[in-house]
Amino acid sequence: MLKIQNLQAGIEGRTILKGINLEIKAGEVHAIMGPNGSGKSTLASVIAGKTDYEVTEGRIEFMGKDLLDMLPEKRAGEGLFLGFQYPVEIPGLSTTNFIKTAVNELRKYRGEEPLDAVAFLRLMKEKMALMDIQQPLLSRSLNEGFSGGEKKRNEIFQMAMLQPKLAILDETDSGLDIDAIRIVANGVNKLRSKDNAVLLITHYQRLLDFIIPDFVHVLYNGRIVKSGTKELALELELKGYDFIKNDLNIAETV
Amino acid sequence: MDTIEYLTGQFHEFPQDSIDRGLDILRQDAFNAFNTMGIPGMKHEEWKYTRINKLFNTDYSLSADPADHSVSTSDLGPYRLPGNKDANELFFINGRFAFDLSVIQSAGLQVLPISTAYNGEHRDVIAENLSHSSRYLKDGINALNTAFLQHGVFIQVGRGLILEHPVYIYNITDARTANIFSQPRSLVNINEGAQVQMVETFITFGMNESFTNQVMEVVVQQDAVVEYYKIQNDASHTNQVSTTHFRQTAKSYVHTVTISLNGGIVRNNLNMVMDAEHCESHLYGLYFQQGKSHIDNHTIVDNAMPNCLSNEFYKGILDGNSSGVFNGKIFVQRDAQKTNAYQSNKNVLLSEEASVNTKPQLEIFADDVKCSHGCTVGRLDEEGLFYLRSRGISEKIARSLLLHGFVVDILDKIRLAVIRNYADQLISERLEFDIS
Ligand SMILES: Nc1ncnc2c1ncn2[C@@H]1O[C@H](COP(=O)(O)OP(=O)(O)OP(=O)(O)O)[C@@H](O)[C@H]1O
Ligand SMILES: [Mg+2]
Repeated sequence: MLKIQNLQAGIEGRTILKGINLEIKAGEVHAIMGPNGSGKSTLASVIAGKTDYEVTEGRIEFMGKDLLDMLPEKRAGEGLFLGFQYPVEIPGLSTTNFIKTAVNELRKYRGEEPLDAVAFLRLMKEKMALMDIQQPLLSRSLNEGFSGGEKKRNEIFQMAMLQPKLAILDETDSGLDIDAIRIVANGVNKLRSKDNAVLLITHYQRLLDFIIPDFVHVLYNGRIVKSGTKELALELELKGYDFIKNDLNIAETV
Repeated sequence: MDTIEYLTGQFHEFPQDSIDRGLDILRQDAFNAFNTMGIPGMKHEEWKYTRINKLFNTDYSLSADPADHSVSTSDLGPYRLPGNKDANELFFINGRFAFDLSVIQSAGLQVLPISTAYNGEHRDVIAENLSHSSRYLKDGINALNTAFLQHGVFIQVGRGLILEHPVYIYNITDARTANIFSQPRSLVNINEGAQVQMVETFITFGMNESFTNQVMEVVVQQDAVVEYYKIQNDASHTNQVSTTHFRQTAKSYVHTVTISLNGGIVRNNLNMVMDAEHCESHLYGLYFQQGKSHIDNHTIVDNAMPNCLSNEFYKGILDGNSSGVFNGKIFVQRDAQKTNAYQSNKNVLLSEEASVNTKPQLEIFADDVKCSHGCTVGRLDEEGLFYLRSRGISEKIARSLLLHGFVVDILDKIRLAVIRNYADQLISERLEFDIS
């Protein structure tokens, strides 16, 4: 589904991603962990098409298509979704209108008719129940004045509404209380199928208790330096990133 | 012929008021002031960025006979504002009030020629308030309107009346056969306890040059409540100086929204003179310009007495080669303790060529006051744009959503739903944005 080869990217002459290789197949859940500033959000942004970053090397393929040539909205049309680490506040645009526009833009991209008001409402109600989101929040301006947890829950709600093929969730668990984590995890698990895939970016093993990943990767200083199964996350939780750094130092001195 | 020369000739041609010299003296003084000050140019501090003197190079005619206009009801049809069936509709054609076209539905609303009102029972209120704006607007263009005020009207809303029909005021310039210079003039008296919603708009017929120099003065009496909405969406070959001057003579409430969407040079003077304690006023504005339009909003809030609140918030979007000016003066006079005065102006520039000059001017002579002001000039939020696009929304629609979101809080200040929706529709059409 997603194939990243030797991806190098940076900003203002500074290289942040220094050769990322990652393959995600349909049906899989991957988790990326790594210390602050290692490049996790940058990787997510580059995949989603943020033009602030300059890609200097490598390629990304999504569903067999070259992703790097596509506009962000086209990537979404192809089934990509990014749950933002810091969702953006949009004054004057209600969350409902925003989601409705997004749903119908995606349908248009796929050559489908727009959802009528009734069908849209039905879909909303279903996903609202799933994500335990109340109407007043959706009537407010998008993310404006939302609490940290509300913003994250709203990201997952959007994911549930848009039904992407690949969801990249950038620290969607940060700032969530334990009940909210369960709800978010439930939302993600509902999306899981043999045709979909999820890339979780997280600092905490806790989320991975609810969403069991097939693979765990450690991103360190712009590179994936270690990959493994869910046990790797447990090990990181116990030992911190020092043992990775030590491993790397040993590797570099050998 | 030189326009100034022409206007001078016209001034002397009009008959003087034979019954009372009061209005004649006012006119003559104003004409002298006009001759002394002339048309304001770049050297005039308040006209630095808005150049109207070049507009006087055109040959204009002034409409001579009020009964002689060539506008029919069917001409007006497509230009009437939505909700007009439920509204009092007042028409000025080329600066002259058209009694024949105007429709008054509310019993408490009265329109009289200014001299009739002055020579009748309204002398005191007229003597006290007519040309009150000239104390604040010291320039030849304001004086020029006063010099011709014999064509003006006196509008009044009776004591304690809550007008259920809004008052729509159309300033129409019929430039189908000639270049027209028009000077609508009115003094509006909102009596004690009256409540009224006013909507004013400007429309030009035809492709000849038009220049409207309008002055409306509004007296707001004890406990009166006034909502005033100005919609400016005239063609880009038209120009106007539009002055709206409120004087709150006792505890009262004024709420204004100025929406400016098109026009060549548009200069608005909005004055709020809070001449009594416990007055409250709100000044909202939204300008969205493109092409070569120039929009200038000059506002003055004069807190003359204690315990008043004024709140001012203008937003602007400037695209193409358009330019904007926001100049917000707030005076807090020495006696005006416990004044609350707020002001904010936010701008988004959509092109490299668009520009805006924004300038708050606070002159505070009292010490126990709360005042704040702020202005911003920025571009469209790129982070927001990416966020929307990442959800599959095309760049074009994402831009429209962001811009619509930027202005919607000002639109929501229009409390007359048909007009709010109309303004929203005009903006949404420009954004090619479906509001449903
Ligand atoms: N737009 C930008 N401008 C300048 N530097 C940037 C920009 N985006 C990222 N960086 C830098 O690149 C590095 C990686 O940032 P990134 O946000 O990808 O880290 P992260 O792994 O997501 O960290 P965290 O766990 O704190 O979210 C950081 O040093 C960051 O300061
Ligand atoms: Mg991050």
